[in-house]
Amino acid sequence: MKEKISHLDWLESEAIHIMREVAGQCANPVLLFSGGKDSLCLLRIAEKAFRPGRFPFPLMHIDTGHNYPEVINFRDKKANELGERLIVASLEDSMKKGTIVLKQDDEPRNKYQSITLLEAIEEHEFDCCIGGARRDEEKARAKERIMSFRDEFGQWDPKNQRPELWNLYNAKVHRGENIRAFPISNWTEMDVWQYIEREELELPSIYFAHKRDIVKRSGAIVPITNVTPVRPGEVVENITVRFRTVGDITCTAPVISEADTVEKIIMETASTVITERGETRLDDQVSEASMEQRKKEGYF
Amino acid sequence: MNDTNKNNTVLRFLTCGSVDDGKSTLIGRLLFDTKTILTDTLSQIEKSSKKRGMSAIDLSLITDGLQAEREQGITIDVAYRYFSTGTRKYIIADAPGHEQYTRNMVTAASTSQLAIILIDARKGILTQTKRHSFLTKLVGIKHIVIAVNKMDLIEYDQEKYQSICDDYKIFASAIQLDQPGTKIQFIPMSALNGDMIVDRGSMIDWYKGPTLLEVLEKLDTREDIKESALRLPIQYVCRPRDSDNKELHDFRAFMGRIESGLLQVNDKIKVLPSNQESTIKEIRIGDKILKKGIFEESVTVSLHDEIDVSRGDMLVHAHDELRSTKGFTAKVCWLSETNLSTNRTYLIMHTSRTSKAKIASINSKININSLVLEEASDLKTNDIADVTFKLAQPLIVDKYANNRGTGAFIIIDESTFHTVGAGMIESID
Repeated sequence: MKEKISHLDWLESEAIHIMREVAGQCANPVLLFSGGKDSLCLLRIAEKAFRPGRFPFPLMHIDTGHNYPEVINFRDKKANELGERLIVASLEDSMKKGTIVLKQDDEPRNKYQSITLLEAIEEHEFDCCIGGARRDEEKARAKERIMSFRDEFGQWDPKNQRPELWNLYNAKVHRGENIRAFPISNWTEMDVWQYIEREELELPSIYFAHKRDIVKRSGAIVPITNVTPVRPGEVVENITVRFRTVGDITCTAPVISEADTVEKIIMETASTVITERGETRLDDQVSEASMEQRKKEGYF
Repeated sequence: MNDTNKNNTVLRFLTCGSVDDGKSTLIGRLLFDTKTILTDTLSQIEKSSKKRGMSAIDLSLITDGLQAEREQGITIDVAYRYFSTGTRKYIIADAPGHEQYTRNMVTAASTSQLAIILIDARKGILTQTKRHSFLTKLVGIKHIVIAVNKMDLIEYDQEKYQSICDDYKIFASAIQLDQPGTKIQFIPMSALNGDMIVDRGSMIDWYKGPTLLEVLEKLDTREDIKESALRLPIQYVCRPRDSDNKELHDFRAFMGRIESGLLQVNDKIKVLPSNQESTIKEIRIGDKILKKGIFEESVTVSLHDEIDVSRGDMLVHAHDELRSTKGFTAKVCWLSETNLSTNRTYLIMHTSRTSKAKIASINSKININSLVLEEASDLKTNDIADVTFKLAQPLIVDKYANNRGTGAFIIIDESTFHTVGAGMIESID
């Protein structure tokens, strides 16, 4: 009797196994939850890994204060439905404490997330953060471990990572050190959408095609919000768009799309010619190695 | 081919070879010809190619990852790449070919089912080809593709190709790589021009075998789950006592990934190392109640009897003769920059169980270039040796040749917690 499970079952099983290793090895883990599609996959995997028990970790959102309200509402609703504890660590609090000093009020805040994250890790004494990063997202992540080691300063040193063999994950750390665990490392954007479809996962509405006021600014579509206002001379258009990723408002751009169901998004993803981050993350385009730089500073 | 099929299977493979063999170009070609490289990545590569003064797009740049190595023009670590077709999702483990080769290749091979060994058609079999082949055998890979690359540089000469294949067959037989159960296939190709990778091209008409992609697509990855013994290491015990739901007050379930075999409801099982027996009451994945669980599935199981099971225990069938052991001999690949010290105590992580361990003896070391056994008293980075261990706590192990999941372990430094070695069990005390 020869058998082999399908690729989605295999990816799911691998992710469940990784999450259970975190629960088995780490004293005080946390799951980073943004309301985005990748972290929603993580929540479904956590359900499959631990129900009917409770999750052996709380959820935590690093809140830049620049979020689409649809995503924040969704985040709170989801945590509530699951009956799991949600910690919100806010950049505004770090700004009040003076640990984050903005150069300009309206500058993108993604790069400051690592400061608030590291403060939260220290405050709650987390020894492991489970995140939804994928190796296919960006060049700097192709060599990322599933259990990625961070030193006392939260730094990722590409030359000082532990070899990872078979499915044996070494999550041992000393006090102050930290593991970032990435259960969906081996998933691609297509795998994520197929999983969302199969599991009938509910997503924040901004992932689906909707009408929105935007301007076109140096080639990118910039949504008009209170933190990204129209600049003089720009023409506001109301067009049908959707978001491929959700993050800080100031650095997440939508794409023109009529896809209003998961099925249509999958068809669109299959025929797309631009990578997810290349298309919609304004923060990665600064330099070819910008993600790598941010990771070294303690970003996920 | 960003395919939307939901019932693909996964195939993991690694590529062995150095930059000089055209390994990066081969991977770039696979990704490019299966339409995995998207426009913005391509334009970045175009920019980088121009910056280095090249006129055509250099496909090898696709697999160049980090800033440090782009600047130095080297790759220092295993990178993972993805592509999919109508039938499969592929995960490539790309191991660099320079220093630290052994360590990186063993790491990449540990999760792979197939290895592509590149040979430069102009050079034929080199010491490194032998090294790659030996490591492939060591890590137990059953499917090997010998990719004779750069055929364009020898005018697609069939005779030269044939003589490389013949040489390799003699070598494979000498190191006993050609065992029953191991399949070796030969493909002439040019990664640069794209011949015999995804498309056949028009230059190698004399070759009638499959292209590289056809080999990958047709490989049978299924496991004979009835033939192999059940191994279910327990990772986590679910006890929702504090739940609001009173029905769950006495609920206990055991969670883990099936490393081999088949588990069915009503199966008689025993828990190792305690040897307590029971029968399977329920198998589930999330809300889904299943009649059976198979190899590679992460399941939640409950038993008919209240017996003590904790993380690190293993569920096997009741008739299984597997026992726990406090000693074994294994092939070890030393990964750390710090030498192994026979005076120290290490941690051995095996399935979901960890034990302290001492080195009873280093029996021999393999010279990876000559493949000759040598005497050894210590181990340094990239060494491969035969080592006997004594364990503080019992582990439930199989021989690696019989079971990759329960025959493999890693060695952890007790003070730094770094992963310093990888082991494959050969004999059990």
